Amino acid sequence: MSAPVPLTHITRARNGRPAKRRAQFTVNGEPVDVLFAPHKTLLEVLREDLNLTGTKHGCELGECGACAVLVDGEPVLACLVLGLDAEGRDVTTVEGMADGPALHPIQEAFAQYGAAQCGYCTPSFMLTAQVLLEKNPSPSRDEIREALSSSICRCTGYVKIYEAVELAAARMRGEEADILEEAIYGR
Amino acid sequence: MLRLPDFDYYAPSTAEEAVRVAADHGPDAAYVAGGTDLYPNMKRRQQTPAVVVGLSRISALREITGEASSGLRIGAGVTLTRLAEDERVRAAYPSVAYAASTISTPLLRNMGTIGGNLLLDTRCNYYDQTYEWRKSIDFCMKRDGEICWVAPSSPKCWAVNSSDEAPLMVALDAKLRFVSPEGEREIPARELYGADGINYLTKRPDELLLDVCLPPANGWRAAYVKLRRRASFDFPVLGVAARVKTAADGTVEEATVVLGAVHPSPRIIEEAGAVLVGRKLTDEAIREAGEIAQHLARPLDNTDFLPHWRKQVVATHVGRALAGLR
Ligand SMILES: Cc1cc2nc3c(=O)[nH]c(=O)nc-3n(C[C@H](O)[C@H](O)[C@H](O)COP(=O)(O)OP(=O)(O)OC[C@H]3O[C@@H](n4cnc5c(N)ncnc54)[C@H](O)[C@@H]3O)c2cc1C
Ligand code: SF4
Ligand code: FES
Ligand code: FES
Repeated sequence: MSAPVPLTHITRARNGRPAKRRAQFTVNGEPVDVLFAPHKTLLEVLREDLNLTGTKHGCELGECGACAVLVDGEPVLACLVLGLDAEGRDVTTVEGMADGPALHPIQEAFAQYGAAQCGYCTPSFMLTAQVLLEKNPSPSRDEIREALSSSICRCTGYVKIYEAVELAAARMRGEEADILEEAIYGR
Repeated sequence: MLRLPDFDYYAPSTAEEAVRVAADHGPDAAYVAGGTDLYPNMKRRQQTPAVVVGLSRISALREITGEASSGLRIGAGVTLTRLAEDERVRAAYPSVAYAASTISTPLLRNMGTIGGNLLLDTRCNYYDQTYEWRKSIDFCMKRDGEICWVAPSSPKCWAVNSSDEAPLMVALDAKLRFVSPEGEREIPARELYGADGINYLTKRPDELLLDVCLPPANGWRAAYVKLRRRASFDFPVLGVAARVKTAADGTVEEATVVLGAVHPSPRIIEEAGAVLVGRKLTDEAIREAGEIAQHLARPLDNTDFLPHWRKQVVATHVGRALAGLR
């Protein structure tokens, strides 16, 4: 056996039950200090230990995108990230999008367009759209499709999602933009 | 919820520490980079390492060094997003950047690494299933069971190598550098992959991949063509990597055609390359090479789509890869 090495994380199963481990990181700008079983994913820690249920669990295998969160500003799949690997990082979930009572322009546009139906996929689309618009304020429809292609929506057929992102993008560029007439039900 | 099983987690910050921990635990330990292959497999209990050694804190694995003229070294921990976007890779090895850009989805590419991609577990419809699903068919030879459901009389497993980069690395003759307590050693991509779906790698479990060395980028061109059901998410059901070296007048001097996602390892179709040598990449030559590759491809009924259809489209896709190199 080699000499003990200093390791960032060490866990030992005790009596068949894993000891809880501690991680400190920020979620939506607030510091959190949380204890959880070491094999928990960031998705499980957010939903079960931090009660932030905005992030959804779908397939839990990387195949649907419902669990998207931002880690240090980059969108990743929380179902395939260990909670322990969030140590020291900056995590953003859909709960962090609104500014107090004021919705983010993307949230506003999603609501106006009916781009959320059952809503299960919505947090992932909005967060990935937010990152897209930070990098590219005027994306084409194809660029939006590509950037959002990690998430599956079973309800909307995607068109309203793309239109909502385009509307939000226009407003975020400071343009006076509104929902398309023909998108309003009953007109 | 599909939860991970219990394991001890280590997150060392150097390759030396990672190797030491893995060596101490032998076959009970697994490295994890992006986790996009290992964690789904652990959730479905296909792989159940007692010790997981995380590589994400080892910054030395994330470097891209060298020059295209003498060969670029890509750290094992470089993400697929970076590989697809890196200016040096795009300029000198566009096929490598392109193949990375076709893998799964943008979010998965933010996590998945080139190292994990080249060391991906093999895949099969009877294996990539939850524990309960596999139990209901009494499992299979690759994990927990006795027989192969794809070829019941077969003594070996036919699970498929579905990596998009592996066929290219084989075509390019890339070299992989590994480290273990015994020191460093280089394994050519052409010798890395085993002949069956269970022993799919020739490296030992404690050997850590440090980087992939691409050959100097002059005098040859390469292309990759991928077939899959959806333009996002899906693994390849056929990947064709082709590399050619041509004289100034376009006469082929060397040609390598590799099929991915068909067999347990990426397979060089020697005869398809040989038929091109000494000729120009005419429609006729390309068709012949495609027909040879199609004749030698042996897809089985263990991925998406029907195997006979997957065989029928090989010539077309080999043709597309080669036509792109004219
Ligand atoms: C929904 C979905 C779709 C996918 N689609 C595709 C696709 O289209 N094409 C494709 O090619 N792949 C696909 N994948 C597979 C996988 O996500 C990618 O291949 C990815 O690149 C794997 O990298 P990783 O870093 O996440 O691997 P990990 O899961 O971290 O590791 C994979 C394997 O490699 C080993 N390993 C990793 N790094 C090292 C190292 N440095 N040294 C030694 N061993 C190491 C691990 O022990 C493990 O056995 C898909 C996966 C999912 C979940
Ligand atoms: S090829 Fe056969 S043994 Fe291998 S994973 Fe599939 S069913 Fe199992
Ligand atoms: S829940 Fe993470 S991708 Fe489906
Ligand atoms: S709104 Fe229901 S899945 Fe998208």
